[in-house]
Amino acid sequence: MEQLKNIGRELAIGSQGSSKEFLELVKAIGEAKSKAEEERLVMEEIEMLKKKIVEPDVPRKRMKEYIVRLVYVEMLGHDASFGYIQAVKMTHDDNLLLKRTGYLAVTLFLNEDHDLIILIINTIQKDLRSDNYLVCCAALTAVCKLINEETIPAVLPQVVELLGHQKEAVRKKAVMALHRFHQRSPATVADVISKLSMKIMHDVDPSVMSACLCVLFDLISADANSYRHLTNSYVCILKQVVEHRLPKQYNYHNAPAPFIQIKLLKILALLGTGDKGASNNMYNVLGDVLKKAEPSGNIGNALIYECISTITAIHPNSKLLESAAAQTSRFLKSESHNLKYMGIDALGRIIKINPDFAEEHQLAVIDCLEDPDDTLKRKTLELLYKMTKSSNVEVIVDRMICYMKTLTDSHYKTDIASRCIELAERFAPSNQWFIQTMNQVFEHAGDLVPPKVAHDLMRLIAEGAGEEDEDADSELRSSAVESYLQILVEPKLPSLLLQVICWVLGEYGTADGTHSAAYIIERLCDVAEAHPGDDVVKGYAISAITKVCSFEIAAGKKVHLIPECQAFIDELSASHSTDLQQRAYELQALFAFDSSVVGAVLPFDGSADDIEVDQSLPFLNHYVKSMLSKGAKPYIPANERQAATTLASQHVESYVSSHSLRFDPYEKPQMPIMALTPVTTLQSDDQSIDISQKATQVFQPSFDADTPSSEATRLRLEGVQRKWGRPSYNNNSASSSAGAERSTNGASNGLDIEKASGGKQGIVPQEPKYVSDRNKQPEISAEKQKLAASLFGGVTSKADSSVRSSGRSQKQASTNRHVGTAKRMQTVDPVDSRAQASLPAATAPPDLLDFGEEEVAIAASSKDPMKDLEGLFDNTGSVPSSQPTAPVTNLPNIDLMSLYDSDLGLGSGLVSSIRVPDMIPENLPNNDSGDRLTVLDGLVTTSGAVAGPKVQGETSASSAIKKGPSLESSLEKHARSRQVGVTPTGPHPDLFKDLLK
Amino acid sequence: MIRFILLQNRQGKTRLAKYYIPLEDSEKHKLEYEVHRLVVNRDPKFTNFVEFRTHKVIYRRYAGLFFSMCVDITDNELVYLESIHLFVEILDHFFSNVCELDLVFNFHKVYLILDEFILAGELQETSKKAIIERMAELERQE
Repeated sequence: MEQLKNIGRELAIGSQGSSKEFLELVKAIGEAKSKAEEERLVMEEIEMLKKKIVEPDVPRKRMKEYIVRLVYVEMLGHDASFGYIQAVKMTHDDNLLLKRTGYLAVTLFLNEDHDLIILIINTIQKDLRSDNYLVCCAALTAVCKLINEETIPAVLPQVVELLGHQKEAVRKKAVMALHRFHQRSPATVADVISKLSMKIMHDVDPSVMSACLCVLFDLISADANSYRHLTNSYVCILKQVVEHRLPKQYNYHNAPAPFIQIKLLKILALLGTGDKGASNNMYNVLGDVLKKAEPSGNIGNALIYECISTITAIHPNSKLLESAAAQTSRFLKSESHNLKYMGIDALGRIIKINPDFAEEHQLAVIDCLEDPDDTLKRKTLELLYKMTKSSNVEVIVDRMICYMKTLTDSHYKTDIASRCIELAERFAPSNQWFIQTMNQVFEHAGDLVPPKVAHDLMRLIAEGAGEEDEDADSELRSSAVESYLQILVEPKLPSLLLQVICWVLGEYGTADGTHSAAYIIERLCDVAEAHPGDDVVKGYAISAITKVCSFEIAAGKKVHLIPECQAFIDELSASHSTDLQQRAYELQALFAFDSSVVGAVLPFDGSADDIEVDQSLPFLNHYVKSMLSKGAKPYIPANERQAATTLASQHVESYVSSHSLRFDPYEKPQMPIMALTPVTTLQSDDQSIDISQKATQVFQPSFDADTPSSEATRLRLEGVQRKWGRPSYNNNSASSSAGAERSTNGASNGLDIEKASGGKQGIVPQEPKYVSDRNKQPEISAEKQKLAASLFGGVTSKADSSVRSSGRSQKQASTNRHVGTAKRMQTVDPVDSRAQASLPAATAPPDLLDFGEEEVAIAASSKDPMKDLEGLFDNTGSVPSSQPTAPVTNLPNIDLMSLYDSDLGLGSGLVSSIRVPDMIPENLPNNDSGDRLTVLDGLVTTSGAVAGPKVQGETSASSAIKKGPSLESSLEKHARSRQVGVTPTGPHPDLFKDLLK
Repeated sequence: MIRFILLQNRQGKTRLAKYYIPLEDSEKHKLEYEVHRLVVNRDPKFTNFVEFRTHKVIYRRYAGLFFSMCVDITDNELVYLESIHLFVEILDHFFSNVCELDLVFNFHKVYLILDEFILAGELQETSKKAIIERMAELERQE
């Protein structure tokens, strides 16, 4: 019986019109030993096809085969565009078979925008009018793929006509075509669809109705309101489906038309959202679906999941929510990863309505978080992200960062880094924690975070908590300095983080006296040295060194530059980057001044202070007056000048206006040359964090008293800059202009210092937004206790200890806000680890099998229609005793035999040539026999898991089960044994029981 | 909506590829390579879903063949997992105990079956009987 079946199959493969050549090709490609050989074979084939298809009078049947071969070549990843036109021609054929093949090929070859489409439109139009419904079907299939926005009108009338066709298959495809048109261009089919949606909806045939649901789903998602009146009819249809009123052939694994049910549920979710009346009508039927879905199979669970989605989307009903929650619990407790995944998703939906529901499932959630399955982990992190509050932010962000460290995919890494930053900014319980978290994010994903985040971080460190508490701020800074000195040990750090580190070390490295200036400078030099290619980091480093030095000088200490620092300065002085050069010269210039000047130039902790700038620049009045008296032109604000320019440029073609355009610029140059006063703005160049702010403030003098003060300062600034020209690009400027510098900077800094001394406590220019969250913390404390206990210490026996410890951490946090982050983490961690420790006890040892598959296997054994066919496999053969070299497990071994038998069955022609030859081991990786072996391999692994290792032979059997490679050797032996003439057969199990498990 | 369907063996050889969205050839090849790499080494215990760019791939392994479907991120995963199974059941019925060889030599028929099963990226016919009958009718024409 088995033999007959196999012979039948082989005959079927051989007799389906494909020529021997083609079968040989498929076989040869299957057996190709290397990619190169495969390439060569395909290229040969392409060359051959190129010649053959242009020959005159190719028999049509033969041409059909050529087209199929073209499809094959394309599927292997080669270009077959030379033959597209032949495929197009084939669609014109009258023979249905050839036509179908032509349509199949063009749908695979061409995109909707391809040039050749225009040649097919006419044929499609004709075929849509055909009497033969199979021709109509073929044309409609092509329509779905090939028609684009522009060509819709050409076929629309025919497609609409076919909606009333007597064959349901045609109606169904016509509806799908309309659906496609609607996706492509809703406007072109809007009126047709709105007219027909009701009529076709009530088609007697379930599959036509099901196709309509696709269209309706799209329409309703776009505009639910116009379809609300249909709610009842959908409810009614769903009810009928659930009650098995549809023909039995739509059942799938005993569930009544589940695919239709799910489409209906999706539509109901849309209609019920925010509509209490509509939702009321659905409650009954949703309850029915939930009740009747069988939780033992995938499809039942798919229904249940879709029900949960609908229940959580519509106006809530407590009873339904309860059962939805119960089902979600079941998902989460399941052994199957698929179900857990669905459970996590469902949980995310339910907690939107009832946040408390998460509490019960904390262990399951943590379980999923720990899972090695990436998909599940990500889904869980997504859930945690949704449920983050200030009370659990530390644990959750910690988890996210841990996971981030393991990622290599930059797309997802960016995503998760930005989520971490967002959560940290929104919910940070303390500044220390925030800084620590940010450091970690920078460390592991530094290149992927926007620079703004780094600037915010520096600002936070400079401004502290924004409260009147200097001690707290300096403690914060000390801890930041400490943490950065630690981080610097790491060999590879992203540029952005290094910039932050340099800046913080420069500002606060020596502030608390723990570290000597020399030490800090040495570290800064190390940073610069380790990143020779990064000019930005070097710039930050040299500025930081400048600041450290100036603080020392201001404090009256003598600064001895260590040799490497001197070398660094020398290197930068000769740098190609003018910016770096400037900074180096500034540093050197600094040593020339005495302590009071230096202290005024770079006051300690000056970054967060506002610089008061007298915008009228009174110290220049004298100079301006003298220049005016000498006949210089009065200053014209840039905006006025620009207005003139743009006006002129509008008439650029006219000679007169172009003449007037030239007028201004040629007159001017003398003034900038005369007014050139080199001013190096050491201060503004140097303080990196508020650089832009300060720079604008420094450069915001109002030059001309006549200009109204309300005039945009920005524009005036441009004028001043031009007046001051380009001195900063002059190498000698720093030293040569020392006097001027002293006077200008001295003036502004004098004001500065006044301001600083007066307003030191009140430096709250821009409070970071999470400060308010932090202030709220005491109110949240109760909630925090609860959540700390509930989320990560929730086993009842651990509950009070976790409450205690979280209470402790709370107390610490309130008594001393500046507890180090490490300490905070310590208080949290024990709870966390306890929760984790209890996990293994709480979860049963994982099953070897995927739960879902197991279920299906059960289902298949009980009700799968395939079973009848599988029965055919039962054979009378017995395991021969002469089988010492077949070291595979019982079941798979027999599968193997059955496949080999199928080869032997034909004995000649194609299949015998495919027969696994004795050189299997060499060509294993890359050929069809290899593929075959992998079928077997797969069978071995899967059924090995099912049946457990029933070892038949003593040689390497167990390893054959565990590892792929050793299977090859066993197969080799096996092949050899067959060569010798041993043809073992056995009681044939059902081959596709495994395949269809 | 289904974006594409791939049948690949363990070596990553494409046995069938059907795209419901317009893509460049180079993009198709890249994507086939990436999908294969994503699914081939996953532990059988793991979920049958993998995130893939902005979509997700639902895959299922039958012996040495991977059936992968790329669907929207909001789609119900289990439904597509089951539709893969339904497709395999149909193939099994049509070829009477399908094996990879059947699919290799009759790939054009597999495409035709797929066209009856899925159209324009949506399941169009979920009755196995209807599809088998339609295919039988076509076979008679030969």
